[in-house]
Amino acid sequence: MRIFSVIFAFIAITAGVLVLLGYFIPAFSVIQVLLLNWAVILAGVAVIVGVFNLALVHSDKVRRGEKGSVYSALLVVSLLATLIFGIFLRPGHTIMKMVVNGIIIPSEAALMGLLTISLLYAAIRLLRRRVDLMSIIFLITAAFVLLGTATLTFGGIPLIGEASQWVTQVLALGGARGILIGVSLGILMTGLRVLFGIDRPYGGN
Amino acid sequence: MKIIELAILAVSALLLLAVTFWKRRSPANLRDIPALTRLARTLGLSIEDGTRLHISLGRGSFLDVRGGSGLAGLAVLRHIAERTSVSDEPSIASAGDPALGLLAQDTLQAGYHAAGVEELYVPTTGRVTGLTPFGYAAGAMNISQHENVSTNILLGHFGPEVALLAETADRENITVIGASDDLTGQAVIFANTQDALIGEELFAAGAYLGAGVSHAASLTVQDILRWFIILALMGGAFAKFAGMI
Repeated sequence: MRIFSVIFAFIAITAGVLVLLGYFIPAFSVIQVLLLNWAVILAGVAVIVGVFNLALVHSDKVRRGEKGSVYSALLVVSLLATLIFGIFLRPGHTIMKMVVNGIIIPSEAALMGLLTISLLYAAIRLLRRRVDLMSIIFLITAAFVLLGTATLTFGGIPLIGEASQWVTQVLALGGARGILIGVSLGILMTGLRVLFGIDRPYGGN
Repeated sequence: MKIIELAILAVSALLLLAVTFWKRRSPANLRDIPALTRLARTLGLSIEDGTRLHISLGRGSFLDVRGGSGLAGLAVLRHIAERTSVSDEPSIASAGDPALGLLAQDTLQAGYHAAGVEELYVPTTGRVTGLTPFGYAAGAMNISQHENVSTNILLGHFGPEVALLAETADRENITVIGASDDLTGQAVIFANTQDALIGEELFAAGAYLGAGVSHAASLTVQDILRWFIILALMGGAFAKFAGMI
């Protein structure tokens, strides 16, 4: 088991280093493209495994009659029906387009609609959950920017429009860039740990 | 050749190695982050009260830059799996990207292996719940609603759809601790959680949970690099002010 772990780590680190070198040394760009193409193929295979995992989890729920298993049964039946129709009719067929346009897109749009309500509700509850300076600033800024960008019947509120633009273009943009620099540094360190084999999210170690 | 980028990478790598060796001798001194203190406490509590932890790893693909936050989430998952492996209700990990889902399963198994209870590992505790942002959120909401979850840990790439997860958690009285590398997702998590993690704090979770010396060393190197960036920005501003550039 340990030897496999070492082999997996060796493969992963070598692949990572070669892809990284491809960004800096032109001679390595050919092998970089090759490895990235392999990664795309493997990601495609992972989708099949992921869908199988989804079906397995929900079939198991149906078999054990767990709470909410009706929805799991619906998911498994829909998954199988879409898969079978997709294989025999091909994705461009009218029925397949109907499934996408009539079921999948409206479902996602409905969730998007729910999201609006959820966000509004979260803003209302924020001060109940956490009364501190940051929460108050967060809410005031959100309300201020909303007032500054909203299209009102009597036109814009004097000064608010310009001030809210300054808030979004100067204060918010500066803060966002600061956060993104911090996130980038975090990603850099995480990547280096994986590249050095310190963190190994593969190979069962 | 891109000399500057390569130099930054080389310096970062050398700093990480050097600080890791240095940190082995002197223990890390970390500032208090309430969300991470709460996270450390929930690990023990979930085992005691027989409830699950749900670790949502987001939908960061490894084929682009969003994969970094997924890897950070996996490092935390590895530690949580080891700590909660003996629980009656094992932790569940959900992912919105198939590759991330596969790695979540492998990481969970590794955690059980490290705890010496690999026979208790259930492959279906690592799940891919959907392949689109809302599909993923809908599947992950289902876990929070029906599987005796006490804490939902959100570590990875989340967009505004995370509001649906947080809303479900709130209705089920589930504690939410989370962070996202996406600014919209981060704002939504801030408004929906009691103790929010901001920016790079997402990558600090491993160090606070005691995932290893290298995690604490990463934080130190991040701080050093941040000071370099601050100096570069101030130098640039001064140079522009003085008319040098």
